[in-house]
Amino acid sequence: MNWLIAILQTALFVAMAPLLAGWLKWCKCRLQNRKAPSLLQPYRDLLKLTHKQPVVSKQASWLFIATPYIVFSATVLAATVVPLIAVDLPTSASADVIVMVGFFAFARFFLALAGLDMGTAFGGMGSSREMTISSLAEPAMLMAVFTLTMTASTTNLSGAIAHVINEGMVLRPSFVFALPALLLVAIAETGRIPVDNPATHLELTMIHEAMILEYSGRHLALIEWASQLKLMLYGVLIANIFFPWGIAETFSAEALGYGLLAITGKLALLAIVLAIAETLFAKMRLFRVQEYLSFAYLLGLLGMLSHIILEAAR
Amino acid sequence: MSSSNWATDFLNQLNNAEFFIVPTLMNRHLTTAGQSDEDIKNNNAVLWNIESKHWQQFSQYAIEQNLRWVAGWAEHAETLFIVNACFEREGTYLLLRTHVNNESPELPSQATVYPAANRSERHTQDMFGINFIGHPDNRRWTQHKAWAVGSYPLRKDFPVQGEPQAVTPPDMDYPFVKAYGAGVYEIPVGPVHAGIIEPGHFRFQAVGELILNLEERLGYTHKGIEKIAEDRTPESLARLAGRVSGDTTVGHCWAACMAMEQAADIQIPPRASLIRGILAERERIANHLGDMGGICNDVAFVFAQMQFTRLRELCLRTNATVFGHRLLMDRIVPGGVISDLSAASCALITQEISQLRNELSEIMPAVDLNSSLEDRIYTAGYLLPEIAAAFGTLGYVGRASGQNFDVRRDSPYSPYDQVVFKVAVENQGDIASRFWVRYKEILSSLKLIEQFIAQLVIAQPADGEILTEWQPPKAGSEGLGIVEGWRGEIVTHIRFDTDNKIARFYPRDPSTLNWPALEKLVLNNIVPDFPVCNKSLNGSYSGNDL
Repeated sequence: MNWLIAILQTALFVAMAPLLAGWLKWCKCRLQNRKAPSLLQPYRDLLKLTHKQPVVSKQASWLFIATPYIVFSATVLAATVVPLIAVDLPTSASADVIVMVGFFAFARFFLALAGLDMGTAFGGMGSSREMTISSLAEPAMLMAVFTLTMTASTTNLSGAIAHVINEGMVLRPSFVFALPALLLVAIAETGRIPVDNPATHLELTMIHEAMILEYSGRHLALIEWASQLKLMLYGVLIANIFFPWGIAETFSAEALGYGLLAITGKLALLAIVLAIAETLFAKMRLFRVQEYLSFAYLLGLLGMLSHIILEAAR
Repeated sequence: MSSSNWATDFLNQLNNAEFFIVPTLMNRHLTTAGQSDEDIKNNNAVLWNIESKHWQQFSQYAIEQNLRWVAGWAEHAETLFIVNACFEREGTYLLLRTHVNNESPELPSQATVYPAANRSERHTQDMFGINFIGHPDNRRWTQHKAWAVGSYPLRKDFPVQGEPQAVTPPDMDYPFVKAYGAGVYEIPVGPVHAGIIEPGHFRFQAVGELILNLEERLGYTHKGIEKIAEDRTPESLARLAGRVSGDTTVGHCWAACMAMEQAADIQIPPRASLIRGILAERERIANHLGDMGGICNDVAFVFAQMQFTRLRELCLRTNATVFGHRLLMDRIVPGGVISDLSAASCALITQEISQLRNELSEIMPAVDLNSSLEDRIYTAGYLLPEIAAAFGTLGYVGRASGQNFDVRRDSPYSPYDQVVFKVAVENQGDIASRFWVRYKEILSSLKLIEQFIAQLVIAQPADGEILTEWQPPKAGSEGLGIVEGWRGEIVTHIRFDTDNKIARFYPRDPSTLNWPALEKLVLNNIVPDFPVCNKSLNGSYSGNDL
């Protein structure tokens, strides 16, 4: 039963990711005084891509074709680690937050290799930029997550979320720092404005898109879907760690239903916040990203320090 | 602007140096060419014929006199080539001309003195086979591989349909400038880009993200406009001119019609010139709005882009209602215009102007106060005023780098000779400056349209003439149309053949002089800032390639 729910939850994760992307796009369109496409548009786009024959260069190695599957699988596996509507699932118990970061790094490693594989200038440029940014983003992310895990004394996300719920609504100074740190990292890692622009056509400014410029058809669909999944993963992580209330602690239908409602509402709100931020800011100059991520790291560090100084003594 | 002082002094100086120039007045402002003081004042364009051996030497004297290099082109006559170069100072244009014989045509290069002449001479070299001696960079330019080496399309014996091969070979083996060293890498960009834009190739040499060198390779939209213009009727040429660069259809069409009207010595009705002014200013406003949005889009500030795009669209819709064409194509014809403005249309335009002002006064503070946008466009893409001057940079690009020149003010043509307006000039030279110069130009264009409409409504009777009957000009008569298009000064030269047919059409789009500035202004910027630098200049590929 537990395993069934775990599998269903992961399936829900994968199925809902395009909807979140659609909702985010809808919010952005409305904020820009535009008519918005249907919420289902990302699904249609994915379907359309699967109908198209992928074009693969003669120069491509096996790496190029394997990467979309690797990236998608790794991201789905990362999704099994994060509690979406219920805590205490067996999948969450078997892997912790460090494994999740590892899955992301694994996917990124292959994506960067695939960017280099074809030998085009843009792919290499994208891979180089992605690696630069991730080398700064990963420590900042771990620092923010460690603040949480130290509070809960576990790196297991399920356990940590349960701990936060059990403690009740307490204002933790460490979380005040860790939340913005994780938000900043999430924006950088999911390639959103002001770090990267997922909607651009300008090859020279791209980061994530430059790496996947050569992909088409179902390969592109898998990579796009994985990016949507990653966006949702970060959303769920932020929503459920810092605002875990509503998540199902038992596996009754009622609790699970409330859990689903709660996470949908939280993600919808988070997407609105992100859409507003993306509307307010222009993309920053590439060399500003290091300052931005250093700031995220600093916030994470402050979170950790305030935990040690103010909270750990209790 | 009392003009001819420097020209007279310069002429004396050159004739003392044994140039033996006899000046001829160009019939620029539609008064019959004569030698009275009034004519000299009005006709601020002179034609000087010199010997070909003095060609390069002249440019040395010219640069000492602070003459700006404007345009260069050649013509093929039966047994010789006529080579022209146009210069300008203080609003007075000087058309320099020489003759080169048919056998082994060669001419000392002016590009040694004027960097602005560089690509133009290469174009002439590719098109006519005239060898420019001492040219600093005599690689092929317009000639890709579409026609064979040693055949010259603009010579009269070259067929109009060309000598096409079954498959046009790609533009291989162009000798780009190379950079060597550890960590230096090359980024080839284009000619096909991911967005819906024109084709052009950019070759970067970069260290990390820092741009060491940029080289442009244009010519992918070469349409043979100069060749297919030959033997056209004036009406058909005006239509062709309107397609030199789609976004400058009014500007090019006006310049071509002005040149033809000079050649035919006909004067257009005042009402027609007022309507031409309104068309040109509306084109300027629409394109500037689009560009300002484009600059915002290239730094992912999509909100502002959407607003500017919306305003541009409103402007285009009014164009469709009032003039019958969104982009105002083919509204200008030889002898006048074809769409008149009713009182109702004038009212609609006036109302739109105040609406646009209101909207801009809401959007611009939001744009101005956005520090993330500011961070991207201030100091980026800096064009040194000295470099802008050396390349003869025009329009908003030149004016953002201290080049205080505007044909409408400095060499005014009807209807601009009857109005007063301010030309926005800045010295800041960065992307932000080019952005704000555009905004200020929109504001002054709005004022200009209001003045034109006031004149239309008050001074002119509603049923005034808008078209003068066409008079076929004599064979060999020529005209030089110079107008301020939205990108800057457009210079068009037209010579007539017998039977009302065109012998030569050369339109010089401002992009021809602005493109080289891009190679300079991106230096020391980082690769991901190139798109916004490029957008802030926004050269026309089509207008450059012809």
